[in-house]
Amino acid sequence: MKETQTIEKTKTETTKTERITGCEAIIRCLIAEGVDILYGYPGGAIMPVYDELFKYQDQIHHVLTRHEQGAAHAAQGYARISGKVGVAMATSGPGATNLITGIADAQIDSTPMVCITGQVFSHLLGSDAFQETDIVGISTPVTKWNHQITKAEDIPEVIAKAFYIAKSGRPGPVLIDITKDAQLQEFDFKYEKCSSVRSYKPVPKTNIESVRAAAHLINNAKKPLIVWGQGVILGEAENELKAVIEKAGIPSAWTILGASAIPTSHPLNVGMVGMHGNYAPNKLTNECDVLIAIGMRFDDRVTGNLATYAKQAKIIHFDIDPAEIDKNVKTDVAVLGNSKESLALLLNELNENKHEAWHQEFKDLYKIEFDKVIKADLLPEKEGLTMGEVLKEINTQSKGDAAIVSDVGQHQMIACRYAEFNKTKSNITSGGLGTMGFALPAAIGAKMAAPEREVVAIIGDGGYQMNIQELGTIFQQKVPVKIVVLNNEFLGMVRQWQQLFFDKRYASTEMTNPDFVTIAKGYHIEAKRVTKREELASAVEEMIASKSSYFLEVCVEKEDNVFPMIPTGASVSDVRLS
Amino acid sequence: MNEELKTFTISVYTENNIGLLNRISAIFQRRHINIESLTTSQSEIENVNRFVIVVNISETQAKKIVGQIEKQVEVIKAYYHTDNETIFTESCMFKIKSELLFEEPQIQNIIKESNTRIVTVNKAFFVLEKTGRRHEIEALRRDLNAFGIMQFVRSGRIAVTKDEMRITELLKAEKNKQ
Repeated sequence: MKETQTIEKTKTETTKTERITGCEAIIRCLIAEGVDILYGYPGGAIMPVYDELFKYQDQIHHVLTRHEQGAAHAAQGYARISGKVGVAMATSGPGATNLITGIADAQIDSTPMVCITGQVFSHLLGSDAFQETDIVGISTPVTKWNHQITKAEDIPEVIAKAFYIAKSGRPGPVLIDITKDAQLQEFDFKYEKCSSVRSYKPVPKTNIESVRAAAHLINNAKKPLIVWGQGVILGEAENELKAVIEKAGIPSAWTILGASAIPTSHPLNVGMVGMHGNYAPNKLTNECDVLIAIGMRFDDRVTGNLATYAKQAKIIHFDIDPAEIDKNVKTDVAVLGNSKESLALLLNELNENKHEAWHQEFKDLYKIEFDKVIKADLLPEKEGLTMGEVLKEINTQSKGDAAIVSDVGQHQMIACRYAEFNKTKSNITSGGLGTMGFALPAAIGAKMAAPEREVVAIIGDGGYQMNIQELGTIFQQKVPVKIVVLNNEFLGMVRQWQQLFFDKRYASTEMTNPDFVTIAKGYHIEAKRVTKREELASAVEEMIASKSSYFLEVCVEKEDNVFPMIPTGASVSDVRLS
Repeated sequence: MNEELKTFTISVYTENNIGLLNRISAIFQRRHINIESLTTSQSEIENVNRFVIVVNISETQAKKIVGQIEKQVEVIKAYYHTDNETIFTESCMFKIKSELLFEEPQIQNIIKESNTRIVTVNKAFFVLEKTGRRHEIEALRRDLNAFGIMQFVRSGRIAVTKDEMRITELLKAEKNKQ
């Protein structure tokens, strides 16, 4: 309680000036922006800031990760579950470059994040000084904005701008590089939040005519299909979307990052689109007459071959980013703006409708998918454990309330396909970049941002070992995340491709793994291994019931494949079931 | 896919910031688009820079590129124009041995006929400067090449558009909103 009060006090913007150092100013700015947790790793060029963090530790909690990449992904997990800006901090040189994968991931998945890196003294810039890298140059293509500060007096304005840019409009990562001399200088500190930048228009105005044109197409459609993406979650437009779907009776599918915006159980939720998405929405993308894309960007993993993608349909595209319009798919009606506002406007213009026969087509195709794929995944009759049945058990035990943080690969597709979501912001995964190693640190960030939520990380044996060192962070910080490793002793997705497209030449995909349970126990994390079906339910039950962190390894069938699948370059309607 | 490639002049109004050149050129590099020329200078507005970038691309590409450029936080506005929609020019300089001026009377005729300016003359060399369209500069270079050129340099295209840009209004509107 005492802590919260101090935060509240410092949160108010300082109107009077105060003479402090640059590094103290950095911490004061973070506190003023409402940052309660940040993830990072100290080192030479950022040490003055860490010294200040020590003084402010009752107001701002710094989490020492075991690798800067872990810090970046933890900040992403924090941002994805809370909608707030995630913050990561690192030193110059290797500290800064280790953040890059997380920054690139945040850029392609539109995650609000501010990264602060230390930099060598400004008089040493360009001299190949110890731990000097041009991190502004390196991060330019993967940041929404970046900036180097060489004078303490610039710190408040630049950090204010960084938070504003990271969070507003289409969110993204911002990197601020601060030279050591700027950290050490004293100056007159005053903090004002940023609310506009003259060259930057984060939210384009929604044109009511475009909304009416969209509504006209939808009202006259016989077979409308909605495909929503993360824009709905980022715009907090879940209720508006639900109202639109229900009023107009439109079958609605989601991209991987759109998952959980509408509960899995909603009758008009027809599943995931894309390479390993559901059969019905993929197939029927090429039969709908109006395709309504909302806050999604027609990624190639969603569209398959663009030349044969929804050619028969009128395309309506709702997006906050004008550069997305016509980027991959030519649009008939573009509605710019924030999804919350544009969908509310759309709702007013829509006629009530049912589209029952059209909806039945989805149900019929679901039946086919169920018989050919889902049944064997969720209710297997063969001996080996499937990834799907693990997900099914987690759904049952967590009652669909868990936030699922998945890594990248087969288990990710299975998690996204089969996880049941009741709440929004519950599917945290690396979508656009496909970053193996994402899940373990992202789960740390997610759990710390939302301690009241059950956070379950689902990871493959490959990706787990890419950031396995973060078990140390979980142990030290006592983060009660649940870690499930689906171990097939293969880099499963690559192996699947090798099987299907490279005549089973399993080049460098087989993994000889260590004893994961022993490793977890080495970090004093409760751990269990399951190899038989009859052990699964009780193990998952024990894991969910645990109040502390828990590691569960499930040894699954080695050579299972994920279906449905749209092979690269194929049309969405050529989605394969086997 | 088989859309016709054309010469487009992309004009970008930006804040005056270090690193923006990198950010903008990376947009072209990532898409494998060769920049024919790039010039950056102060614009008609105080503290606002103007990039003039010449590329040979399709109109669809031009539209997308301008969208990606405008997305950058510190870009105020970007446009693309065809040659017909702009008034454009380039300039060039030649450094030539001074003795040639006397040994090759032809050179004096070339200078006169091409409206080329003599910037400086000394005992060792003289320097010519010409402003014009690419083909005029190329013709001059060919003519002078016959006699030997010590140094030649040509600038990127600079261009103004026939249309109004309305950047001042745009910035004013933004300011009033605040």
